[in-house]
Amino acid sequence: MNIEQVRTDRAALGELFALPAVALVIAIGVAEIVATRDAVMTFHAGLLVLAAGAAGLWLLLRRMGGRAGEHEAGYNHAVVRAGVIASMFWGVAGFLVGDVIAWQLAYPVLNFDLPWTNFGRMRPLHTSAVIFAFGGNVLIATSFFAVQRTCRTRLAGHMAPWFVFWGYQLFIVLAATGYLLGVTQSKEYAEPEWYIDLWLTVVWVVYLLVFLGTLFKRKEPHIYVANWFFLAFIVTVAMLHIINNAAIPVSWTGTKSYILWSGVQDAMTQWWYGHNAVGFFLTAGFLGIMYYFVPKRVERPVYSYRLSIVHFWALIFTYIWAGPHHLFYTALPDWAQTLGMTFSIILWMPSWGGMINGLMTLSGAWDKLRTDPVIRMLVVSVAFYGMSTFEGPLMSIKAVNSLSHYTDWTIGHVHSGALGWVGFVSFGALYCLTPWLWQRKRLYSLRLVEWHFWISTLGILLYITAMWVSGILQGLMWRAYNSLGFLEYSFIETVEAMHPFYIIRALGGTLFVFGSLIMAYNLWRTTRGDEADETIMHPEVASASALAKLPAE
Amino acid sequence: MSAWAKHKVFETKSMVLLIGTLIVVSIGGLVEIMPLYFLGSTIEKVEGIRPYSPLELVGRNIYIREGCYNCHSQMIRSLRDEVERYGPYSLAAESMYDHPFQWGSKRTGPDLARVGGKYSDEWHVAHMIDPRDIVPGSIMPGYPFLMKTPAWSSDIADDMRANRMAGVPYTDAMIAAASADLQAQGDPDSDGAEAVAQRYPKAVVRDFDGDPELVSEMDALIAYLQMLGTLVDFSVYDAAGDNLR
Repeated sequence: MNIEQVRTDRAALGELFALPAVALVIAIGVAEIVATRDAVMTFHAGLLVLAAGAAGLWLLLRRMGGRAGEHEAGYNHAVVRAGVIASMFWGVAGFLVGDVIAWQLAYPVLNFDLPWTNFGRMRPLHTSAVIFAFGGNVLIATSFFAVQRTCRTRLAGHMAPWFVFWGYQLFIVLAATGYLLGVTQSKEYAEPEWYIDLWLTVVWVVYLLVFLGTLFKRKEPHIYVANWFFLAFIVTVAMLHIINNAAIPVSWTGTKSYILWSGVQDAMTQWWYGHNAVGFFLTAGFLGIMYYFVPKRVERPVYSYRLSIVHFWALIFTYIWAGPHHLFYTALPDWAQTLGMTFSIILWMPSWGGMINGLMTLSGAWDKLRTDPVIRMLVVSVAFYGMSTFEGPLMSIKAVNSLSHYTDWTIGHVHSGALGWVGFVSFGALYCLTPWLWQRKRLYSLRLVEWHFWISTLGILLYITAMWVSGILQGLMWRAYNSLGFLEYSFIETVEAMHPFYIIRALGGTLFVFGSLIMAYNLWRTTRGDEADETIMHPEVASASALAKLPAE
Repeated sequence: MSAWAKHKVFETKSMVLLIGTLIVVSIGGLVEIMPLYFLGSTIEKVEGIRPYSPLELVGRNIYIREGCYNCHSQMIRSLRDEVERYGPYSLAAESMYDHPFQWGSKRTGPDLARVGGKYSDEWHVAHMIDPRDIVPGSIMPGYPFLMKTPAWSSDIADDMRANRMAGVPYTDAMIAAASADLQAQGDPDSDGAEAVAQRYPKAVVRDFDGDPELVSEMDALIAYLQMLGTLVDFSVYDAAGDNLR
């Protein structure tokens, strides 16, 4: 019996054992539907039953067709392709919701005074859609791709990677519909209720197992640096998620729960989680993307291997401490605030170490910035990373924070990181991945990448400059005194002063959404194998085809 | 062997890398979070703090459901302008029964930590139905639908039991009387009105939304808002005196 046969038999056995698991999930779902008096729980249990039913049907059809255990040889690219499509879809959706709520802040009539469309429910929909739906799918897709390539082995597991993919999409749909229907824990970036958290925990553990399993069976002696960051991202997010979301459900058949922690301890736990959602979800994971895609695209090795070792350990150690900078001058004890400020400032160093390592990888290939807009996107993302990781420590100085906290400056800071760093590095990776995965010679159009780059960059600049001005302005107005020693402005005067900046910010957001639509169109045409006629943009292609044509003419 | 060569074990053994990472990322959280549970000075003892009454708890859940925390903080910092604008800075004890906390992170609207008693019930009702009717420059969404929905859909006693498991000192008597207290707090003429005020000192017993027919979500939310920041008597509170543990 050859190795392929063993693999097929093992996979077929795995599919057989998956059926009872599917049946169990359906049973839980049906039991919930029968027992619950909560309409949202009925709806969510119904979604669970439908999803499990679809998975069961797929397994049964394969058995009946005699195709159980059948799998492609070589790398598992199919699940990465699915991840690319999901990333693009959730990206556009998340940016769009963000822009809608930006317009709501400029024109409150857009809330329509309905429960499902008001800002309070839409804002978590936006943050979760961009961080977890877009960012999460990008991370799953890129980590699944990079770990296979750098380990020179197929992704571990036969159905497990697909379970991670579809299980994660189910998590997104449950969370998103929950918010709009009023199901939320109210912990920022951890809003999903207890049962959705449990489901995510299951999916995440399988994700960790798939990733670790692939590392186990690698054919390279060495674990590549990108995988350190992906691994740290996966395990740390698991730790943060479980501890921050520890909750007591009111009933097993209801959506509502109460967080185990309270008051000051809960605040500290939440921002330990919240800041490391930034540090590990939006930084460590995306640094994994930087360490794989930047060297790959510019065809140069990582600038300094030793720097990446220092970068890795220093970054993951320091980030965890930074949470209290969200709680300066509050009821959190002073010693914790001081620790938070100290480590937040130290964090500047590992952050810039990583930025230097990414940027200097272009040594000897800086000319590609001129010719390849995808590289430009990747490099500008690293530049934005450098900018926001300087701004972050600055805002973590207590004196600065006393002005910036509670204002739009924070929102602007987050978006220079989210749009500039996370967005652009993701776009760069997706532009790289799509032709590779669909086996196309090149992207449909580099000219459209140029358009995307400039429109989005303009959008980001409008966004962050508007928020700098509005944030600092409002912070100063709140603390302004008149000559008699009274507060100069009422609160509502400071709100009214924000109006023009909210319009500029929403316009910037509109540009960013528009850029992402151009990208979606470009990637769609690329998957179809179309190539725009742009010989000037592709000099090497131009010369090759010109030579080929010569004899015929 | 140089230090760089020693790092090879992390680069070649995935379990070593995994465990090493877990240890390194655990330290910060352990040092910053664990002591908050053991150091007595974390939450100074303050007179007057009590668990939420059933109607206030329902109101608080509506506050959470509608995402009010996205735009309103409940944490007055110890800065001169904030204390002058909103009142005495927030004490850790004031949110010790909050599962989860509602300190917030953004003030698109003003801080609400001491909004209790600042405005009349009528003001709140009109403001909630159409904020721009009261404050022309406001950018807050309207919540007219709160008037029409009854204040609870499940048994609030179950919620109080869950809170008790998380450490909130609800007594058996409080839980037994939960539904009755919920109704009574929105109906000052009822028999149970006095008992509510006894079980939950300083609880405001009123027909908050002016509609005697129904104890609505509007009643609950306003009951919650009207008690925010009112439990501690700051005319006698002395941060350096008896309250300091």
